[in-house]
Parts: sequence; C-alpha cells; structure tokens
Amino acid sequence: MNSNEIIDDIANKEYEFGFTTDIEMDIAPPGLNEDIIRFISAKKNEPEWLLEWRLKGFQAFKKLKFPTWQHFDLPEMDLQALSYYAAPKKKKQLNSLDEVDPELLATFEKLGIPLNEQKALTGVAVDAVFDSVSVATTFKGKLKEMGVIFCSFGEAVQEYPDLVKKYLGTVVPHSDNIFAALNSAVFSDGSFVYIPKGVRCPMELSTYFRINAQNTGQFERTLIVADDNSYVSYLEGCTAPMRDENQLHAAVVEIVALENAEVKYSTVQNWYPGDKDGKGGIYNFVTKRGICKGANSKISWTQVETGSAITWKYPSVILQGDYSEGEFYSVAVVRNRQIADTGTKIHHIGKGTKSRIISKGISAGHGDNSYRGLVSVGPRAENARNFTQCDSLLIGNQCGSHTFPYIESRNKSAMIEHEATTSKIGEDQIFYLNARGIDTEKAVALIVNGYVKEVLNQLPMEFAVEAQKLLSITLEGSVG
Amino acid sequence: MLTIKNLHAEVEGKKILKGINLEIPKGEIHAIMGPNGSGKSSLASVLAGRDNYTVTEGEVWFNGKNLLEMSPEDRAREGVFLAFQYPVEIPGVSNINFLKTAVNEVRTYKGLPPLEAKEFLKLTKEKQQLVDFNTNLMNRSLNEGFSGGEKKRNEIFQLAMLNPSLAILDETDSGLDIDALRIVSNGVNKLRDAEKSFVVITHYQRLLEYIVPDFVHVLYNGRIIKTGTKELALELEEKGYDWLKEAEHQKESV
Repeated sequence: MNSNEIIDDIANKEYEFGFTTDIEMDIAPPGLNEDIIRFISAKKNEPEWLLEWRLKGFQAFKKLKFPTWQHFDLPEMDLQALSYYAAPKKKKQLNSLDEVDPELLATFEKLGIPLNEQKALTGVAVDAVFDSVSVATTFKGKLKEMGVIFCSFGEAVQEYPDLVKKYLGTVVPHSDNIFAALNSAVFSDGSFVYIPKGVRCPMELSTYFRINAQNTGQFERTLIVADDNSYVSYLEGCTAPMRDENQLHAAVVEIVALENAEVKYSTVQNWYPGDKDGKGGIYNFVTKRGICKGANSKISWTQVETGSAITWKYPSVILQGDYSEGEFYSVAVVRNRQIADTGTKIHHIGKGTKSRIISKGISAGHGDNSYRGLVSVGPRAENARNFTQCDSLLIGNQCGSHTFPYIESRNKSAMIEHEATTSKIGEDQIFYLNARGIDTEKAVALIVNGYVKEVLNQLPMEFAVEAQKLLSITLEGSVG
Repeated sequence: MLTIKNLHAEVEGKKILKGINLEIPKGEIHAIMGPNGSGKSSLASVLAGRDNYTVTEGEVWFNGKNLLEMSPEDRAREGVFLAFQYPVEIPGVSNINFLKTAVNEVRTYKGLPPLEAKEFLKLTKEKQQLVDFNTNLMNRSLNEGFSGGEKKRNEIFQLAMLNPSLAILDETDSGLDIDALRIVSNGVNKLRDAEKSFVVITHYQRLLEYIVPDFVHVLYNGRIIKTGTKELALELEEKGYDWLKEAEHQKESV
C-alpha cells in the first residue's frame, strides 16, 4: 500500500462508540436565558444559593467574549439553538441499580462500563453520567464506610450542601472565561468527591460521561476535595454517538488539595471526532484547574486525548502551598480534520514548589496539534523548579504541530527547563521494521507506544492498557 | 535458494536494473561489486521489497516461492534479511523490544509460539556474545545516537537473532574502521553455515579478505557484466573498473 492509500484507509476507520440509545427523554426547549436556568435549578431541586450562583454565572457569560488567541478558527456557535437539559425519563425515584432503565445499563455495558458491581472492574468505582444526569454510582456504600464521598454532583448538592458551597467556584470562578461562565449557569451533572482527613481512597474513582441526545450540549461539573493527608486517584472517560452536527461539551473540573494531600486525575477522552471531512464531532472546550492549597500537597493531571473535533483545554495547577507539586502528562492525538490546542498552566506561588510537564503530541492526516503552556513563578516562590518536555510526532505530510510555551519568572532563584523535539514517522522507519518481519500496523503501534510510554505509565494499570488499545485503533493505518 | 531471472526495475521512471540474472545456491557467499551508481544497493532494495522501486520485467524465486509477490514483511518472515547500508534511528522504541517483536512475528508466521521472556533473553545473550555486541546498547532506543560502527554491528546482531536463510549485506563495510570491520566480519563468519547464503555488496576488496566469497559478480549499468571467483576482486582492486566498462561499451556498440 502506498502512503495515500494508507491515509485514506485510516480516514474510513469508523468510530467504535458511535451508536445511539433509543430512550424516552426529558428535553428542555432550545435557548439560553434566565428561565431555562431557573428550570434546570428547579428540576434538580436546588437550594436558592445555588440558583443565585448560576444566575451570576449567566450575567458573567453575557459580558464575556469568545477568546481570539487560540491557534484555530473558532467555529460560529449558535448557543441559542442548543437545549440545555436532557435526561432519560424517570418513572420514579431510584433506590437501587435494579430500577435503572435496562436500556441505559445496556448502553454502558456496550461501552465496556458495567454498572453491576459484580461485573465491575475490581478496585474501580464508577459514576455513570448520561447526558445531563448521573445514572448510577457503584461501590458508593463501600466507600462511605471510610468516609469517602463519591456521588453525582446533584446528589452532593442535596446531601452535602455545606461542602459544595464551601468549595464550588473557589478554583474556577463563575466568571473565569466564557465557557466556564456558561457552565456555571447551566451545568447539569457531574461527580463530587470528598476524601476525609488521613484517608487513602482504596479504589480508583471513575466517571464515565456519555452524550446521547441530539442538539444538546454537555456541561458537567466535577469537584474533588482532598482533605489533609489524603490520597485519591480519579479517572474520567467519555464517548458520544456519531452525529453530523457539532456538539458542545463545556465542562469544568475543580480540584482542591489540602495539606499533604495528593490527587491524581486521569482522563481518557474519546468523544466523537467527526468524519474524515471534519463533519460533526464534539467541541471539547473544558476548564480544568486544581489548587495545591496546603503545604506538601500534590496534583497530577494525566490526559490521553484522542477524540473530539476540537479539543481546547489547559488542565492547570496553582501551587499555593509551600513545597507543593504539580504534574501534567499529556498525549494528544489528532487525525483527519481534528484540532487540539491543549497544554497546561502551572502557577508557582509557594516556596520550593515543583512542577513537571510532559506533553506528547501526535498529528496524522490533516490534523492540527498545538501545545500551549504557561509556567509562571511568583516573587514568593523561592527555589521553584520546573521541567517541561514537549514532543511532537508527525505522521504523513498534511498534518501540523505547533508549540507555544510561555515562561514568566519573577523570582531569581527559580529553575525552569524547557525541552522540545519534533520527529516524524518516516517511510524509512516503517520499511526498516517491515524488513524485520513487522507489518506496518504493528510498526506504527511500536513507534507510537514507545513515544507515549512515559505518559501512559502514569495511568492506573487497567486504563493504561485501554489507552494503549485506543491509541492503536485511533492510528490504525495512519502511516505516511 | 535464490534465482533472479532477467530482473528489470526502475525508480521514478528511471531504469536502474536492466536484466539481472543471478543464481545463489544454498550455503554460498556471493559478492556483488561495481562502481557507484551501478545498481548494487537498488538490487538489495528490490529484493527486500522497498516500494519506491517498480519491477518492470523479470522474476525472483526464493525457495520455490515468487518473492516479488510478497510484502516486505513476508519476505523477511520467509527468511530474507537485508542488513541496511544506513540503518534508521527509531527514538522511543528500545532495541530489545524491537527485537522481541521481530523475532516473535517471524515465529508466528512459521506457526511457532512466541518465545517466553526467559528463552528470549537466553537467545539474546548467546547471540550478543557471538557477534560481540555491547549489552549497553540493548536497552537504548533503536539505533538512536549509535555510532556508525554500532549501527552496523546492530545489523549483524539482528541477523544473528533472526537467523534468516538469505542475508543481503548492503555495503556493511562502509564507514567502518579496520577494527569494526574485523568485528563485523567475524560475526558474519560465525553465522556462516551450509544452510545459509549471503549476498555481500561492497565497493572494496578489503571486506572480502575477511568474508571470503565463493563468487564475485561485477554489476555495471544495471547488469552483471562479469562473474568470477575471489581472484576477480583482487583484479578489480588492482585495475579498477574501467577495463570492464570499456569492454562493455564495445559490446554495446557492436
């Protein structure tokens, strides 16, 4: 096969999770206004303070403008044409998994996320979110025994309003940016995690997001609080059906790590990427930020981004506590007409703070991949230390890769390192491996796996294997 | 083992091979010499299946199978090995992981189970010693940052690991100093046996002092214009290629 055929071949590779679930839905009429926000708040039976907060978000949203600094043309979006609430119709209050619509359970089963605790991956608790609502959370009882709270955001608002009120919007304010403001106004569901003092969460916590309904956006909100001396590892996964129109996903994730606490947050993002001509696909415009509030705390982001028409996000860490540590490990893959503009922002505020950034971009087809990052060191951050490694791998001749690193240091004792490489999977490399009996598919997998190893090693075992599989499926036949 | 009949090939519309005939029986070493641009490396590439070469005429049979109909990986799995003139660097892929994949792909093709880690390491150790290959290079990325000599030695080490029935050495001596040349040649000589054939492509007679060929062929202008024994190599060293070229041109003009 010559390179053109191979590139064509990859383009025709179908998205595995593109099916739709036929289920009766409660869908709000399209449009964005105060009434719809009140409608959502009422549907969720929210307290007054939360409605007020949503409305503040909406006010901010109206004043904010779309950014213009990104390295792609922001498509025009008619936010009035979207519906801001879609939920599977509930017959009655659910008390156990047995009462969940079997159609929904089957959907998650098909996605490889069994919600039946007997079938579930051992050591992983899952919160499954379908369009605007959480369907089920597994192992809730077991976690509760240790004081760990893991539930849907909606449930947390009802059951633990004080905790939610204390931390909501403290890391990503309601007026942070236009998409975060939109999320604050209309956020649907998401996960809430609280790890009490001194507890090491015994399981991986995981949320699986599924967009199903048409003409809706998904606006989930996740809040993770790790109290003093605690530890948690959290993972999110996501897929969506294949649809011709673009769908907006504007999520917000906030993480708070108190003294000596450690939070590991991993994402395997596989939203529908659109077809080979760039038709359809998810706009994944997400604000993720964590704060190391206490001394010696640590937040680590790991992301494997293979889906979405456009991925636009910068999971960030504010290193406020002295000697706190932030990490960002990323693999971003684009092919066909996909675009990714992603990276991280690390703010060194406390003294002796450390950060490490490892970013691996892979571009194939007509994909366009940008790393954008900021490392800032404040005047108080004595002896702050940063290491950044930023690599790009190109497959074929039509793709693009760009790096925009920003460094701002206001402290002379800081040490900041930035390394970058760009390489290309060449026909010579493939032929070399062919000539040793390794076929082209395996050859690409071998090269790509070698390239991303450092990042995948950061993922919990089960997910590393999944991510590796996902990468090889995504890049199948993408040699140029 | 290998039969090449009237092989013609071109690259980007330019005729490179213009009717090669060559028979390589089991267990023999054949050297192919010739001036720059005569088509030596092209012949190696065509045999290994590089896809920018188009075969326009002729046949190649390998152990009774039509080699030209096979993909490059299947040729390798059938037992054709090309030691590259310029081995590529593949960052991020460790030498050992690459070798394990290659060895097991060949085994799978032959219907054998993959080697277990322990057996694989044993084999690695044994072959490493045989061809005097530095252990430190095993865990490094494939050829990345290797010196010219280390790359060539890695080719011979791979040859030892994969144990093909036909090895084509494409100017393995180029860029090697005399010590490296000796080590590489020793490796090849240790791998020689009655079941294995070699095609040794080289510019210089020097290599053939170490790896002694059964036959020497002179390739010029896409054709084999003379075949002899190892003495031919010495004659070429002494007289150069011009006398052969002239004879060839005279033949053409008749």
